[in-house]
Amino acid sequence: MDRFVWSSGLLEINETLVIQQRGVRLYDGEEKGKMDLGTLLLSTHRLLWRDHKNHDCCIAMPLSQIVLFEEQAGGIGKSAKIVVHLHPAPSNKEPGPYQTSKYSYIKLSFKEHGQIEFSRRLSEEMTQKRWERMPVSPPINSSTTSQAGRTRAVGIVGIERKLEEKRKEMDKNISEAFEDLSKLMEKAKEMVELSRSIASKIKDKQGDITEDETIRFKSYLLSMGIANPVTRETHGSGTHYHMQLAKQLGEIMLAPLEARRGMMALTEVYCLVNRARGMELLSPEDLVNACKMFEALKLPLRLRIFDSGVMVIQLQSHSEEEIIASAVDNVSEKGSLTSEEFAKLLGLSVLLSKERLLLAEKMGHLCRDDSVEGLRFYPNLF
Amino acid sequence: MHRRGVGAGAIAKKKLAEAKYKERGTVLAEDQLAQMSKQLETFKTHLEEFASKHKQEIRKSAQFRVQFQDMCATIGVDPLASGKGFWSEMLGVGDFYYELGVQIIEVCLALKHRNGGLITLEELHQRVLKGRGKFAQDVSQDDLIRAIKKLKAMGNGFGIIPVGGTYLVQSVPAELNMDHTVVLQLAEKKGFVTVSEIKSSLKWETERTCHVLDDLLKEGLAWLDGQAAGEPQYWLPALFSELYSQDVTPEEASEMVP
Repeated sequence: MDRFVWSSGLLEINETLVIQQRGVRLYDGEEKGKMDLGTLLLSTHRLLWRDHKNHDCCIAMPLSQIVLFEEQAGGIGKSAKIVVHLHPAPSNKEPGPYQTSKYSYIKLSFKEHGQIEFSRRLSEEMTQKRWERMPVSPPINSSTTSQAGRTRAVGIVGIERKLEEKRKEMDKNISEAFEDLSKLMEKAKEMVELSRSIASKIKDKQGDITEDETIRFKSYLLSMGIANPVTRETHGSGTHYHMQLAKQLGEIMLAPLEARRGMMALTEVYCLVNRARGMELLSPEDLVNACKMFEALKLPLRLRIFDSGVMVIQLQSHSEEEIIASAVDNVSEKGSLTSEEFAKLLGLSVLLSKERLLLAEKMGHLCRDDSVEGLRFYPNLF
Repeated sequence: MHRRGVGAGAIAKKKLAEAKYKERGTVLAEDQLAQMSKQLETFKTHLEEFASKHKQEIRKSAQFRVQFQDMCATIGVDPLASGKGFWSEMLGVGDFYYELGVQIIEVCLALKHRNGGLITLEELHQRVLKGRGKFAQDVSQDDLIRAIKKLKAMGNGFGIIPVGGTYLVQSVPAELNMDHTVVLQLAEKKGFVTVSEIKSSLKWETERTCHVLDDLLKEGLAWLDGQAAGEPQYWLPALFSELYSQDVTPEEASEMVP
C-alpha cells in the first residue's frame, strides 16, 4: 500500500475514467487496510480509490506500478478479490497513506461485486498502456517502468509461473466445457431441423392434424426453446404449461389487482409473481403467453395493450366506462391534473395514471395542455 | 359376370379408400411426433450429462455465458424463451436471467422520478449489484443487456440506446427517434448540452433543435438550467455520474409511487 499517493481525485487532461466500482476495500498484502469501504476508480493512467464516507480521502497509483494481477474467487463469507502485484515504489514518490509496506502486492476486495467488469477493463488498460501514449501534466510518476524491468523481485517470477499454470488449467477446463458445449449444440441443431420438417408436413396436411397433436408439438418446441417454424412466434400461447399458468394467475392476481384499482403493468406482475416464486421463475414470454389465454379460458382477467405499447393485466370487472368516468370526475373536481398528481391521488403508478388520462382523452372527455412544464389534463368543455 | 360401375358399392369403396388415406396422413404426423418425442428424451439425457459436468461454469463464468448464448442463437434456439424449457430447468440459465430482470425493473422504477426513465448501463450495473447483496453471483454488463432484451416482450418500453462507448437503458415507452438519440449521444460527454452546441455539431436549425430539447424536457429526461452562465443548459440526469453514489433518500422513497 505504500505505492499510493494522496490525490485530489480529479482527472488530468488526457486522462479518462474507464470504470468505477463502489464497495471496495483495500488490503495491504494480507492485512486489511486502515481504510474503510470506498469507490475504486480505473482511469487510463491510474488506479484511484475514494473513501465512501470521507470524500476528501482519496488516493491514487499510476498503472505503470502494476506488474500483473490475478483474480481470487469469493466464497462463503469471503468477497471476490483482485490481487495486484506491484513494482517497488520510486524513491521520489509523493506522500501517501502508508510510508512503508512489507508487501509487494495489494488486494482489492469487492464487497459489492463488480469484479468481472473491473477485471476486464483493467486487463484492457494494462494491455493497451494508454498512459504511455497520452502524457498528462503534471506528469504522473511513470519513471518506474524502465527500471523495474531489471529490478524485479524474485517472488514475481514465481507468481507468474503460478499464474501461467492456473491459466493453462482454466483453459483446459474451459476448452473441455466448450468442446462438450459444441457437441451438445450439434444435437440441438438436429432437433431444430427435425422440428422444421415436422412443421412443414403439418402445414401440408392442414386439417388432418388434431388439435391435441398441435399442442404436443408446441410443447416440444417450448422445451427446446425453438421458435414455431410456422407462425415464427416463440411458442405462441396454447401449450398446457401456459394454460396452467393462466389459471394460476387467475387466482393469485385477484387480490393485488383489486388493491390497485383493477390494473397492473405487466412488468409489475412479472416482479410480483417471480419474487413470490423464488425459483423456477417465469420468463417474460411465459407471462405474456399465459396472459393471452385469459379470454379463451374464461378467466376474469384480460391482457390489454395501450397505444403506447404499455401492457397491463386488467380485472374484467373494472369496465372501460368506469375507468374513464372516475378519471373525468377526479379531473373535474381538481380543475386539472397531471399524471403525477393523478397518481398520488389514486395511489397508482405514474405510468398507469397517464394511460387512464390518455384513454379519457381519446374518448373525448378530457383535453390536454402540453407544455414544457408538463402534460396537464382538463375536462373537455368543447 | 361382375360389372364395375358407379353403384352405391363403388361409392362406398371410394369413401373407404379416402378414409384409409386420411388415416395414413394422421399416422404419418403421429410418427413424426413420436420420433421427435423420442429424440427429445435423448437430447434431455445429453443435456443432463452436460449439466452435471458444467452447470457451475454457467453460473461462474460470464465468458461462458456469452459463448453459450451466441451458440444457441446461431442454431436458432432461445434458451431464455421459457422457464419451462430444458435449458432453464437443467442448466438454471433461466432463473439467473429472469431474476436479473426483476432486479433491473426494480432499479429503473426506483429512479424513474429522477431520470425520467433513462439510465446509463454503468449506473444500472452498479445499483443492481448493490441490490443483489454480498452473497449473490456477480453479473457482467453483457448479462444485463441479455436480460433487458428479454424484458422487451412485456411491452414496457425497455430499450437499449448506444451512446459514446456505452449504452443508455430506456425503461419507459417514450418515443425516442434518431434526433433524440443523437442529442443524447452529444450530451454524454459532459452530462448537458446547449442549443448552440447542437447547432454547431449537428448543423441543425434552431427550430429542430428546440423541438427535440422540448421533447426531452416533456418526457422528464432533461432538466433546464436557465441560470447557467452564457446560455441555458439542458442537463440529462441519466448521465450524472455524481449521482451514482447517492442512494434514494427516505423522503424520496415515501414520495415515490410504485
